Amino acid sequence: MLGRFGTLTPLLQNVQIQQQQRGMATLKSISIRLKSVKNIQKITQSMKMVSAAKYSRAERELKAVRPIGDGAKQFYEKAEIAALPDIPQKLVIAITSDRGLCGACHTSVARHIRTELNKDNQNIKVVCVGDKSRAILQRIYGKNIILACNEIGRLPPTFIDASKLADAILRSDYQFSSGEIVFNRFRSVVSYVTETLPVFSLASVTAAPKLSVYDSLDDEVIQSYLEFSLAALVFYAMKEGACSEQSSRMTAMDNASKNAGEMIEKLTLTFNRTRQAVITRELIEIISGASAL
Amino acid sequence: MAALRSVSRLLTRRALNTTVKRGYADDMSFTFASGNQVYYSAQAVKQVDVPSFSGSFGILPAHVPTLAVLKPGVVTVFENDGKVNKIFVSSGTVTINDDSSVQILAQEAHPVENLDAAAARDVLSKAQSQLASASTDEAKAEAAIAVEVGEALVKAVE
Repeated sequence: MLGRFGTLTPLLQNVQIQQQQRGMATLKSISIRLKSVKNIQKITQSMKMVSAAKYSRAERELKAVRPIGDGAKQFYEKAEIAALPDIPQKLVIAITSDRGLCGACHTSVARHIRTELNKDNQNIKVVCVGDKSRAILQRIYGKNIILACNEIGRLPPTFIDASKLADAILRSDYQFSSGEIVFNRFRSVVSYVTETLPVFSLASVTAAPKLSVYDSLDDEVIQSYLEFSLAALVFYAMKEGACSEQSSRMTAMDNASKNAGEMIEKLTLTFNRTRQAVITRELIEIISGASAL
Repeated sequence: MAALRSVSRLLTRRALNTTVKRGYADDMSFTFASGNQVYYSAQAVKQVDVPSFSGSFGILPAHVPTLAVLKPGVVTVFENDGKVNKIFVSSGTVTINDDSSVQILAQEAHPVENLDAAAARDVLSKAQSQLASASTDEAKAEAAIAVEVGEALVKAVE
C-alpha cells in the first residue's frame, strides 16, 4: 500500500521545487500531505489492532480444527491413493479471501496455481474461494475457472461454509480424478507456507490397490465418506488460510504504520524548514524594502 | 555421500515407525474431532461405540480397517481408566486404518450431559413441521435429515 506513496514521493519533490518560488503554497501543500499521511497511519494502526484481535481468535479456532485436517488427510495417505493415469483432469481449489492489504498471502496461492496452469492449462480447472484469487487468475486463465465464491474473510469460516463449497464442487459435473487444495499453512505470527492438500474422486479411491484391506465397503459409503472428507479438508484449509491471512495482515499493517511514521518525520522536518525559509524571506523583503526608502 | 545419508536416514525412520507400530499393537490411537471442539487427539482408549449408516458397531484395538459414515446418534468412548464418555454427533465419518489408528470426524459434537431435553424436543417438532410444509424434493430431504437429527437428539437425552 505504501509502495504507491513511495513512487509519489519523488513526484512531490519536483512539485516542491517548482512551488518553492511561490512560498506559501508549498507550506500549505506540505501540511495537507502531512495530514493525509497522519490519517493513513491512524487507519493502518487501527487495522493492525483489528487484525490482531481477529488473529488471536483465528489461531485459537485453528488449534481446534487441526486434528480434523490431519484425520481427513490420513486416510488418503494410509490407503496410498494416487491419481488415475488415464484421467488427467485435475481440480485445484484456491483458498483466499475477499480482502487485501495482507502482504503476499493471496498472491502466493495464486502464483502456485499459475505455475501449474503454465505447465498444463487443458486439464486443470480452478475453483476460486475468495475474490482475490479470482481477480488475479481470471485475466489469463479465465476459462479454467469453473467456480468462484466471495464473501469470504469478513467472518471466520464455518463448517457450513465449507460444506456449501464442497456441495457446489460436487454438483459442478466436472469429472476429475485428483485434485488439490492450495492454501497458506499457518506456522507462526511472522511466517506461513503455501501448501497443498490432496483430494481424490471416487474412481481413484476405488482403484487404489490398498483399499482392499479396508473391510465392508461399498460405493455409497465411500462416496459419502469422500463428500464429508472434502468438506472437512476445505474447512481445515479455510481455517489455516484465515489465520495466515490475519497474521500476515497484522505484520503488513505494522510495517505500513512504521513507514508512515518515517514519512511523517521527514515531512515534519521539511515543513518546519520551509516555514523558517518563508519567515526569513519575508524578513529580508521587509528589511530590504525599509532600507530602500 | 548425501544419497547414502538420506538412504540411511530412511532406514532409521522406518525402524522407528515399526517400533511405534509395535507399541500401538494392542492400543488404539483415537482421534475425535468436530467442527467446534477436539475431544481426543491420538489418545489410547479401550473401546469406542459408533452409530453408522451400516449399523452401530464397537471398535476395539486392532479392529479391521474400514470406513463408515456416522449417523446422528451417541458415540460412546470407554477410556482406559474405566471412564465412559458419551458424545452426541450429528454427522461425520469414521476411519479405521490398518495401523490401528481411529479417526472420528464429526460436523457437530456435544457431550450428552450438555444437551437440553426441552430444546431437543423443540428441534424435533420444528423439523417435523418443516418436513410437512416442504414443497421441493431438496427441501424435503433437508427436512428429513433435520427430523432424523432431532429424533436422535431426543433419544440421546432420554
